[in-house]
Amino acid sequence: MNWGSLNDFLAMGGYGSYVWGSYGVTVLCILLEILSLKGRKEKR
Amino acid sequence: MTSDLFRFAAPQAFFPLAGKLIPWFSVLAGVLTLAGLYVAFFVAPTDHQQGEAYRIIFIHVPAAWMSMFLYVVMAGWAGLGLALNTRLSGMMASAIAPTGAMFTFLALWTGALWGRPTWGAYWVWDARLTSELVLLFLYLGFIALKGAIEDPARADRAGAILALVGVVNVPIIYFSVQWWNTLHQGASVSLTRAPSMASTMLAGMLLMALAAWMYSIATTLCRVRSIILGRERDAEWVRMTKEQMRAAA
Repeated sequence: MNWGSLNDFLAMGGYGSYVWGSYGVTVLCILLEILSLKGRKEKR
Repeated sequence: MTSDLFRFAAPQAFFPLAGKLIPWFSVLAGVLTLAGLYVAFFVAPTDHQQGEAYRIIFIHVPAAWMSMFLYVVMAGWAGLGLALNTRLSGMMASAIAPTGAMFTFLALWTGALWGRPTWGAYWVWDARLTSELVLLFLYLGFIALKGAIEDPARADRAGAILALVGVVNVPIIYFSVQWWNTLHQGASVSLTRAPSMASTMLAGMLLMALAAWMYSIATTLCRVRSIILGRERDAEWVRMTKEQMRAAA
């Protein structure tokens, strides 16, 4: 186990904003793509 | 066997097949992502040089691989359509482009957020970074060009030529770290050498890469279905399928 606590996990050894900025935007892009595909299917 | 394969080159036959495959690839993508994230955050150790910032590579490397691979597949479909004049090929190329553009953007975005703590800069005009940016413009240009031409057959042909010319950029991205003296590091994983990283780090990266593959297949199939419905809307089978879909919903 790499992390002693949730705070440790969120802090990512001081690189939290870079690591979560990467994962967060990735999740956002994937959600947007899935939503746009769902919208398309219903439109046509 | 071959006649079976060719049967699915017809949009009418491919449409239900794609519909059956989407749930499988979606589930695989989800399971592989969870496994990959678990390895990435809880199994793989801290990097002794980069600290925890290196955990960005679990997205960055699969995204960068997919961005190049999807472009080659897209250009392949586009070229096939140009050569054989098959209807489905141009639709497949159109269906791949947005997912390819998304992975290209993510490779650049995560690369910037990795570069800042590691190199001290979000962006440098390095050969690897610049050629990857060109790849993003190629995807966006392909989408815009096809969107700007009303007649689907002409849009497919024009898009195919752009995609095929742009394919030259992919080896430039891949070999840029060898051909030029780049800030971007060389390949950490190759077919000919042992990988230069801990095996758990490699496992996490490969799981995430597999997840990205499955995700790309699922989204492409989903998108190609809606493109088929749009383009073949005057066909009798599309009217019947739509009625069935409405009845099921």
